[in-house]
Amino acid sequence: MVTASDKVKVEDYASTSAVAWCPGCGNFGILRAMKKALVELQLRPHQVLMVSGIGQAGKFPHYLQCNVLNELHGRPIPAATAAKIVNTELTVIAISGDGDAYGEGGNHLVHAMNRNVDMTYMVHNNQVYALTRGQACPTTDLGFTTTMNPNGAWVSLRPLALAVACDCSFVARGFAGDGEHLAMLIQMAIRHKGFALVEVLQPCPTFNHRNTFQWYSQRVYKLDEAKDYDPKDRGAAFNKALEWGDRIPIGLIYRNDRPLFEDYLGVTGKVPLVREKTDPLQFESLIDEFK
Amino acid sequence: MAVDISFVVGGEAGQGIQSMSFVLGKTLMRGGYEVLITQDFESRIRGGHSFARVRAAERHIQATSEKIDILIALNAETIDLHKGEMDAAGLVICDRGKLKTGDKNGDNFLDIPLERLAAEKGGDRLMSNIVTIGAVVGLINYDFGLLADVLGEEFGRHGDKTVEGNRAAARAGYEYASQHFADRTSPRVAPRGPTEKIMMTGNEAVALGAMVAGCKFVSGYPMTPTTSILEYIAEKGRRFNIPVVQAEDEISAANMVVGAAYAGARAMTATSGGGFCLMVEALSLAAMTETPMVVVLGQRPGPAIGLPTRTEQSDLEFALYGGHGGFRRPVLAPSGVAEAFWLTVKAFNIAEKYQTPVILITDHDLADCYNTVERFDLKKAKVDRGQTISDEEAASLTNYKRHLITESGISPRALPMQGNSLVVTDSDEHDEEGHMIEDAETRTRMVLKRQRKFDRLQDDMDEPTITLRPNSEFTLIGWGSTYGAIKEAAELLEADGIAASVLHLNALWPFPVDAVTRALAHSPKAFVIESNATGQLARLMRAETGIKAHKSILKFDGRSFSPQYIVNSLKKEVS
Repeated sequence: MVTASDKVKVEDYASTSAVAWCPGCGNFGILRAMKKALVELQLRPHQVLMVSGIGQAGKFPHYLQCNVLNELHGRPIPAATAAKIVNTELTVIAISGDGDAYGEGGNHLVHAMNRNVDMTYMVHNNQVYALTRGQACPTTDLGFTTTMNPNGAWVSLRPLALAVACDCSFVARGFAGDGEHLAMLIQMAIRHKGFALVEVLQPCPTFNHRNTFQWYSQRVYKLDEAKDYDPKDRGAAFNKALEWGDRIPIGLIYRNDRPLFEDYLGVTGKVPLVREKTDPLQFESLIDEFK
Repeated sequence: MAVDISFVVGGEAGQGIQSMSFVLGKTLMRGGYEVLITQDFESRIRGGHSFARVRAAERHIQATSEKIDILIALNAETIDLHKGEMDAAGLVICDRGKLKTGDKNGDNFLDIPLERLAAEKGGDRLMSNIVTIGAVVGLINYDFGLLADVLGEEFGRHGDKTVEGNRAAARAGYEYASQHFADRTSPRVAPRGPTEKIMMTGNEAVALGAMVAGCKFVSGYPMTPTTSILEYIAEKGRRFNIPVVQAEDEISAANMVVGAAYAGARAMTATSGGGFCLMVEALSLAAMTETPMVVVLGQRPGPAIGLPTRTEQSDLEFALYGGHGGFRRPVLAPSGVAEAFWLTVKAFNIAEKYQTPVILITDHDLADCYNTVERFDLKKAKVDRGQTISDEEAASLTNYKRHLITESGISPRALPMQGNSLVVTDSDEHDEEGHMIEDAETRTRMVLKRQRKFDRLQDDMDEPTITLRPNSEFTLIGWGSTYGAIKEAAELLEADGIAASVLHLNALWPFPVDAVTRALAHSPKAFVIESNATGQLARLMRAETGIKAHKSILKFDGRSFSPQYIVNSLKKEVS
């Protein structure tokens, strides 16, 4: 049995499942960064619940060690929300691709960002639908032609601007090609008390030949190194979240520490609901009200 | 003759119809009567026409009567719409001067200056509805003290002044009726003594059942007719640590339930057909991940938005089959308020024992009606969490397999953070550990495992309600909220010299094949009675038992079955 004094090592997160991602997939970098962050936080696999959606990102939790609820397409957020409410001791991380988060699950995202449950939401944004073989996604660059969009993509969402608009309490962007930086962001997100959105730019070598590793590398710059940027300035954050093209910011874009939904529900700091036992007789007083 | 009296209280939305009917019903219960209150309202907040039926009898009743003994008309429309239902000796209470149009004259009209008495005695002309209730209590020679008690309880939260105003208004009505109509041959309803009964709605019974069963998480999106389940637990659950989360939509609500249940909390949502449409994807997920989940489906007429505030039983097949991928799920259908409580407790137990979604299907009729029932004996409420792994076992558990293939098909359930083991499950087909697979062999074994776990489910189900009458000419078959009407129809037929047996189902799946087959062997001519246009129970019965219904009696106008309606339809069919 593992004792508290044993240090968590990266091997503790090693999985035996055969990986079903393409060679060169940006997900490998994200996986390494996630393991690094969890080890640095000294979280044990059984303390972590990953709730994923469908897409290549949906397979992610199977490739490390943790509790896993691989949900439906677009639905990891509601399940993760409720799991956290009933067991506040869990470290809850939801994982989606761009289709999951910004397409199918868009309504859940909007409300979860506003609701502010203490969880981390990783969105792997490769700007294309890879699992279904290369259709446009909500964040595909305008004009990018795909099998289903022969005239080029017509819409291109700026999800982090949406996040700032929803007053998401922690909004960050990382790059799968910069594991150290991404691991640092994931750590910050997990430590953050509130709903933390971490979008990860992820090259898809199979279906996205435009937004390649090189394309992102030439454009990303770190906000942490920008001296005069204050992520608590919502107006500035909104502008930063809209920045896309020749320069793409990564790092912490917005932060607003505010009360948790768990506090509002009254579950913070109490015995987790999953451990409460119910005695039917305690409800006699309610039945009296119907006399 | 035993007392069996029906009132109709009618007026515009916003005139307090619901509150008046509740006060009258509770007052009658306190004197030892069994009471049923049904609401008929439009999908609006003000205006229009709303009414409530209050029926009180010495025996237990679960259906409305078509005959009105006392009609309380707060507007002229009430009279126009209901005069045809009046008993020959029936009386109409109204404030004649205030009724704008309509037929308001006749020997049976009792004119009471409701507004004037309300203003003079109660201090507010809006209390005319309370004056009316006082007048009714006077008219039937009932105990005013019982009404005064109920008014105190109902208005107590608004302060003593409000209580006194309402009591004064009620007394003014009571005295007016006693003085002016003492000579009327009105029905006499003498108090029969104290009662141990309780009175609540179907929704309240479901909400209480969920709390008693140890539900620890509720999520939902408001939808008629089940919103009050969510509201009740939201209000009362605060004292018992039961959070209710208002989700952004029903998709979210259902997936929240899956997430909470996966983590180990008993969890529930409640909706109607339209919301259930959005939930079936998560229902399928719960089946695949073997997650216990309770969904209350309160039916209303469809398709689409249909008649939002009315009743129907047209989601039977949807409840049975909704969701992709072909999976079974228990569907429980309470026949009344008491069963709504007990079957809700059962729904939670079955959901965990068989690690499955369970649907509790009700309808507007049951959801919103108040009925007197025996007080629930909470000592009989058992929480059975099924095959769980204890904390001690979990502490030393290694290589835990959430979907372990067992003989029964049920895998012992550990929870995340119960020990150091990992709980892994997937909406993709998975192996015993819960990891995604593609191979044909594992897939086949997993499908069979999930099916096999229901092999013994029938043993946990309650028998359907069966009343066999000697030499019965036919069997009346129904399910869910229509029980009261069907049972009483059979009694009316019996009084007419026609013997009819009754078979009433409280579960649609697993279908009680043996019980139905046995009952129909007694009297094979089957009349299937249901509130839908497509004869869903008749089709289900034929699919499950091979027995074809003789005739279906269908009603799909959004209104409930009355015993008289069933009797008339049946006589038409057999003549």
